[in-house]
Amino acid sequence: MVMMNHDFINTLLLTGKLASWTTVILLVIGFPIAYLLAYKRFPLKVLVEALISMPMVLPPTVLGFYMLVVYSPQNAFGKFMAEYFDLRLAFSFEGILLASVIFSLPFMIQPLQNGLHAIPASLREASYTLGKSEFTTFIRVLIPNMTPSIITAVAMTFAHCIGEFGVVIMVGGNMPGETRVASIAIYDEVQALNFDTANQYSLVLFGISLVLLTLIFAIKRTPSR
Amino acid sequence: MKIDTNIHTNSSSVPLQGPDSYRGGVGHLSIFIQHAMHTSEGKKMLEVNTEIRPQELMCLFGHSGAGKTTILRILAGLTKPDKGRIVFDGRVWFDSEKKINLPPQQRNVGYMFQDYALFPNMSIEKNIRFAQKVKDEVEVEKLLVLFDLHSLRSRKPGQLSGGQKQRVALARALAAKPSLLMLDEPLSALDYEMRTALQDEIRKTHDLLQTITLMVSHDIPEVVQLATSVMVLRNGTVVKEGKPEEVFGTDTCTQTVLIKTNNRTRIYADLAD
Repeated sequence: MVMMNHDFINTLLLTGKLASWTTVILLVIGFPIAYLLAYKRFPLKVLVEALISMPMVLPPTVLGFYMLVVYSPQNAFGKFMAEYFDLRLAFSFEGILLASVIFSLPFMIQPLQNGLHAIPASLREASYTLGKSEFTTFIRVLIPNMTPSIITAVAMTFAHCIGEFGVVIMVGGNMPGETRVASIAIYDEVQALNFDTANQYSLVLFGISLVLLTLIFAIKRTPSR
Repeated sequence: MKIDTNIHTNSSSVPLQGPDSYRGGVGHLSIFIQHAMHTSEGKKMLEVNTEIRPQELMCLFGHSGAGKTTILRILAGLTKPDKGRIVFDGRVWFDSEKKINLPPQQRNVGYMFQDYALFPNMSIEKNIRFAQKVKDEVEVEKLLVLFDLHSLRSRKPGQLSGGQKQRVALARALAAKPSLLMLDEPLSALDYEMRTALQDEIRKTHDLLQTITLMVSHDIPEVVQLATSVMVLRNGTVVKEGKPEEVFGTDTCTQTVLIKTNNRTRIYADLAD
């Protein structure tokens, strides 16, 4: 049975690993960026917001192409990674992880930024007048009052990541156990006319995406505090 | 109208201490500010140059857009004025020329926002505890009893009435032991009976703190009832300042007290320049 197949399970585990690591990394770097965009003014802020939103409109193959150029050991970044970390990012898990983080950036940052915006300014200001620092206010006042936005951001990022194809195939190729995630495996199996296997992969991805989106809409329907 | 611009300071920069544990610091407040306000009616220039004596309960009175809330926000450090100097109890909070601007965290002010700004994720008890600089459970209990919140301690702000929220906001402000208390229209959303009852709470809080309280109000009977001094603002300018009977006239003050005694709601005075 296909579902018990070693390759099938490993492909799904690799997909889950990529989506999980992307989500965790974006949660860590996304929050400070969302905070800056929500509350601070700085030069060229509009340009920064546009750049962060680019992956939503940019063809995945464009980003994939530029990532390959950057990864190339003939260019500065690729050379640096090869010399100091002995890492060649093209066609590696680390390479598709970095590409995935960049490509999923707006799906994490925008819900977080909207969540921070939605909190009344008077709550932050009340905390400051009570002597609390920005960091304490962020941890004890802001985060607890934007839980639905955080869940939405995590779910959207994870769902978007498991559906990535163009960027991953450009940057990672199709290496079993390393860069052959489920979306690429489906394409592969269809090319090889293995429709049963393609269907199994598709059903799993469909199911996960449906659960995540249902969760997001269920959260949005819950009356806010 | 002559305004005394002399800055009176105590002999040291350390706030005076007293036997009352709620006293955060007694002193003069000297305000000189110029600030451009951007309102729906266009740009207005806010100019205030005054000095407030210790333990005054001053009401800021005027129509919407006059600059009352802006003054409170500037004093709290939430809005940076374009120009000026603010000194409280001998300590410079803001000086545009010397580039001094203490953030709210370093001014130790108690600020009650119009929407009370209670933290929705915390119970009443936790809201009060959050305000404390030094954890003191005995103090929390005292405040819950003082403001009749003991039976509501585990409830969250979303489960409270307007009057209950106001009491929690006052208790929280007191828990922080501020040097200066500022109340932005604390009673405007309440009905007449509740306003009257909670005016006593404000008086109680002011007496406990024994420091300057600044309160924004549109309601003359309320101002007459509570304030020891009044500042009237119109389009960003201070047009009158003094005791309530000096500002509104003795007859008006007497009438409002009588009307209030007869259980009427509110009257408005036409303030001539």
